[in-house]
Amino acid sequence: MEIRELGGKQLELDEDGFIQDPAAWDEAVAAALAKTEGVDEMSEKHWKLVNYLRNYYLQFQMAPMIRKLCKETGFKLNEVYELFPSGPAKGACKVAGLPKPTGCV
Amino acid sequence: MEPSNTPLLDELEEGQWPSFVAQLKQAAEKSPAAADLLRQVERSYADNTGHWKRGGIVGVRGYGGGVVGRYSSLPEEFPGVKEFHTMRINEPAGFFYTTEKLRQLCDVWDQYGSGLLNLHGSTGDIILLGTTTENLQPCFDALTEVGFDLGGSGSALRTISCCVGQARCEYACIDTMDITYDLTMHFQSDIHRPSFPYKFKIKCSGCPNDCAAASARSDLAIIGVWRDAIQVDPQAVRQYVADGLNIIDQVVRRCPTWAVEWDAQTQELKINDADCTHCMHCINQMPKALRVGKQQGATLLVGGKAPVVKGAQIGSVLVPFIEMQPPYTEFKELLVKIIDWWAENGKNRERIGELIDRLGMAAFLQAIGRQPCAQMVNAPRANPYLFWKSEEVQQNG
Repeated sequence: MEIRELGGKQLELDEDGFIQDPAAWDEAVAAALAKTEGVDEMSEKHWKLVNYLRNYYLQFQMAPMIRKLCKETGFKLNEVYELFPSGPAKGACKVAGLPKPTGCV
Repeated sequence: MEPSNTPLLDELEEGQWPSFVAQLKQAAEKSPAAADLLRQVERSYADNTGHWKRGGIVGVRGYGGGVVGRYSSLPEEFPGVKEFHTMRINEPAGFFYTTEKLRQLCDVWDQYGSGLLNLHGSTGDIILLGTTTENLQPCFDALTEVGFDLGGSGSALRTISCCVGQARCEYACIDTMDITYDLTMHFQSDIHRPSFPYKFKIKCSGCPNDCAAASARSDLAIIGVWRDAIQVDPQAVRQYVADGLNIIDQVVRRCPTWAVEWDAQTQELKINDADCTHCMHCINQMPKALRVGKQQGATLLVGGKAPVVKGAQIGSVLVPFIEMQPPYTEFKELLVKIIDWWAENGKNRERIGELIDRLGMAAFLQAIGRQPCAQMVNAPRANPYLFWKSEEVQQNG
């Protein structure tokens, strides 16, 4: 575990750079996390996606399946990758302060 | 002589077989990561437990998969494997390489990774074992420069693989390598950008010998087949018998559907092709005398999988015969329908075969617009599929 300053807070990150305490998340933290995923400027579209993920997580305690995310935000899958080049799981979920999605197998 | 610091692993070098330990030791001479890997594996044997952390999400720009994150749970002790990610690389169809291409691949991996690799993983990919987060993007960039791309991982269409097909085999009824290449190109986004409930594997075998193990190891198996008669060269059959083949014991009695007859008097072989289930046994026994038929295409099987969440399943026939000629439009349209139904109805981490079990073959066939047919039955005359909807039962009493 590593402690880093993000958005003015000292936050604990795991080795993939996900924040460990979802409750510590705020917009300044999100903007700082976005920079670690190659997103220098959070646009309105970025926020739409991040806020959707955030609200879904607060309601269901998990990340939505990708198709559901696309359907409910209206973004096509390739648009999600244009917004977050590292993809919805590694990129968008990290910026939204969600716990790390489970692995490959 | 100094005492070995890997006494447990040394045991695995005994015997006359190749040993992964010997390979690891060799790699350890050049790569500090491989040296720490060796030490960590020894430690795992001593502790009787693995020392990798659960999961890990890493990747390269524009891709949602293709790299599997691996972290040591003992990074202070084994700093060389603190980050030891796996890269899955899409193999060429049929596993054909020039030695030059393999050298280029290995040069890149010596530069950016541990120098260790698997040829090939069970999905077919080239598995590059062990690199750091920092090296992922430059390694990927260098790999694309020499013509390689990442394969699939996670809840995605996995790298498609096939047998050597018409490139090396006279039994191939379909061009497995072209099918694999074409589908890989057509469904690129589904390979690199996971959006399915779980993994989806497609494998393609040229004939029912199924060298790609498609029926057991893929959610959708494409298996080359013929629908006319097995081609028989009567003279060559007689030659086999003259050369000592016990045709009754080795061929006739082993035909699962009793479709083969041998008349010892007239030295004539008769095959009742209507009863043939294309098991390949007679053809394998007498390859010089018997050949696959001339009307060639594929049978599609659905639902095969290895045990991860639920148990293993073998694929069952979905389409008894489909033409497989470029651009494979009928196949592609069918695949999209299958994926759509699964994506709409599947739970997280539910394979297509499990979903068909849960919601029923009838619901699946209706969703993809296929009629049930006799060839879908697992064992002839044993378990017919009967599909009645409840309103039909009421209508017809």
